[in-house]
Amino acid sequence: MKTVASFTIGYRQVLDQDGRIVDALPEFARDPAVLVDLYQRMSFTRVFDGKAVALQRTGKLGTYASSLGHEAAHIAIGVAMKPEDVFCPMYREYGVQFVRGVKPRHVLLYWCGDERGNDFTGPKHDLPWCVPIATQCLHAAGAALAFKLRHEPRVAVSVVGDGGSSKTDFYAAINSAGAYTLPYIGVIVNNQWAISVPRSAQTGAETLAQKGLAGGLRCVQVDGNDVIAMLAVMQEAIAHARRGEGGTVVEAVTYRLSDHTTADDARRYRPDDEVKQAWDREPLKRLRRYLEALGVWDEAKEQAWKEQCGREVDIEVNAYLETKSQPIESIFDYLYAEAPHDIAAQRAQAIALEGRPHG
Amino acid sequence: MAEITLIEAVTQALAYEIAHDPSVVVLGEDVGVNGGVFRATAGLHARFGSERVLDTPLDETAIAGLAVGMAFQGMKPVAEAQFDGFIYPMMDHIICHAARMRSRTRGRLHCPMVLRAPWGGGIRAPEHHSEAPEALFAHIPGLRVVIPSSPARAYGLLLAAIRDPDPVIFFEPKRIYRQYKEEVPDDGEALPLDVCFVLRDGSDVTLVTWGAHVKETLEAADALAKEGIYAEVIDVATVKPLDFDTIHESVQKTGRCVIVHEAARTGGIGAEIAAQLAEKAMFDLVAPVERVTGYDTPMPLFRLEMKYLPSVERILAAAKRTLAYR
Repeated sequence: MKTVASFTIGYRQVLDQDGRIVDALPEFARDPAVLVDLYQRMSFTRVFDGKAVALQRTGKLGTYASSLGHEAAHIAIGVAMKPEDVFCPMYREYGVQFVRGVKPRHVLLYWCGDERGNDFTGPKHDLPWCVPIATQCLHAAGAALAFKLRHEPRVAVSVVGDGGSSKTDFYAAINSAGAYTLPYIGVIVNNQWAISVPRSAQTGAETLAQKGLAGGLRCVQVDGNDVIAMLAVMQEAIAHARRGEGGTVVEAVTYRLSDHTTADDARRYRPDDEVKQAWDREPLKRLRRYLEALGVWDEAKEQAWKEQCGREVDIEVNAYLETKSQPIESIFDYLYAEAPHDIAAQRAQAIALEGRPHG
Repeated sequence: MAEITLIEAVTQALAYEIAHDPSVVVLGEDVGVNGGVFRATAGLHARFGSERVLDTPLDETAIAGLAVGMAFQGMKPVAEAQFDGFIYPMMDHIICHAARMRSRTRGRLHCPMVLRAPWGGGIRAPEHHSEAPEALFAHIPGLRVVIPSSPARAYGLLLAAIRDPDPVIFFEPKRIYRQYKEEVPDDGEALPLDVCFVLRDGSDVTLVTWGAHVKETLEAADALAKEGIYAEVIDVATVKPLDFDTIHESVQKTGRCVIVHEAARTGGIGAEIAAQLAEKAMFDLVAPVERVTGYDTPMPLFRLEMKYLPSVERILAAAKRTLAYR
């Protein structure tokens, strides 16, 4: 039997878990200031995340999906994209969004049950958080199709989890992106757990990256805890897409150091040892070691930066806590561009129930 | 001016909007060179090219999801589900995203898309090709659901659907795609998406229907007229939002209402109309509201489909039951 096609899946790692450079440094990583900036952004995201979990634990926030451990993957995606590109998140990609200009107060508003969190600062064309799992992949492909039809040099990026990569919509996005040669990058942030179901139970595929092969896309697996490799991979994928040469599936291998959400207790289903070992591979520690070895970071800078992050997060938390609920009529006011008569009647009824006049 | 069929009116409306609005793109299975399995997009690919008329991979989930993605980036996709029975995989994207994009982003994004599908039974089609799922969509806040019943209304309502800044489900009654021709000026004039059309004035009983069953309902009205009974016939056309006022005005005049639809009975649009009659027109009624509908079974394969679909005889019998009350 002859071979009609054959494939390989590459793995990219530049900075290993001990902070050693194990592959050629990409051009951008030769500038320590760039690396310090990446580190600071990752650190800020982690400080925010810890604060958000604390707010939930003290009854000041609803259920919250932590991004702990995903900082390298998220920051690299955000830094690699241009403002005019479109980002289609799942629901824990705060690092990407902070880079793109979303304010922490909007993340908090969303998780406190207020739709205005979805009306965030930053690119107005980015999609809001997407809870149904993987549908955002097709929306990103659709956005990419719009860019292609309008001959705009823009790309669309979606993030899905290892569990989300099992869904119809993920495969549909890959297939569509291949069929139309779309400027679409489908990032799988493989954090090993879809709530309680481990990566090994999701699929028989050796890698999640290889799922892109079925649609004719470039496929790359990358150490998702290594922000240098992650950014290099994203830059290459986006450049490829922007040149009109098609899409890429990026599998960022990382680990969910938190519970699935604050409503979950991961101790029920995964061993402590596994989590302990994952902390040895987490993304901030290795980069800090490397920066310290370069002589551009130290304990004093670490403390000063964390304090600054804390102050900035506190400003955002206070802004969020001071935001009052929208009135009940807001649920009607954005349903249609022009409210049909039946909606107008229900709106009036809801206002009247509160004893307020309605126009 | 040439007379055209309902499906030719669909094509005419699509062509008009593609020609006049650069953001309009038609996409679906076989809609390109082939012109659609019913010929709804015949000639559009040749006229407008493959950047305006797109064949998609054979994946309804993808058609819906791509349309949502295009729409929130400012295009106006007009997506086609090849048959009503293939629309169910699209519902996640329609319900969870298209219908609530504007609301959940508090107006930051919206989803100006149309999902067209041939709709309903009566053409001896294979399994899953003859469904009437309008109530499933009418239940969803944020959608509009439209079902034209004549060439002129197909043209005007489809133009309105495409121009509407919110998602519209546009069901085309395939049984009457080629039932008759009428003059439909290609003048770009849209019809309103929030009104019922009174097709025939009458004083004795109100017959309310939509889609292909406008035909049987008008025939029933003819038969009643021969007996000196004058039925008012209303084509609902837009089942969501429902123009109840027009129905109410008619019932105030007639005191009787028969609702005719081919979809299954339980939870159908007929139930909504009957509920609103009970809420707002109880004391205008002189007889219980009647529903003549498909049965609460799956649409049967076509040997039995005409017995499933409301017939003129069933409509007449229901009308006469209401007329027994004085």
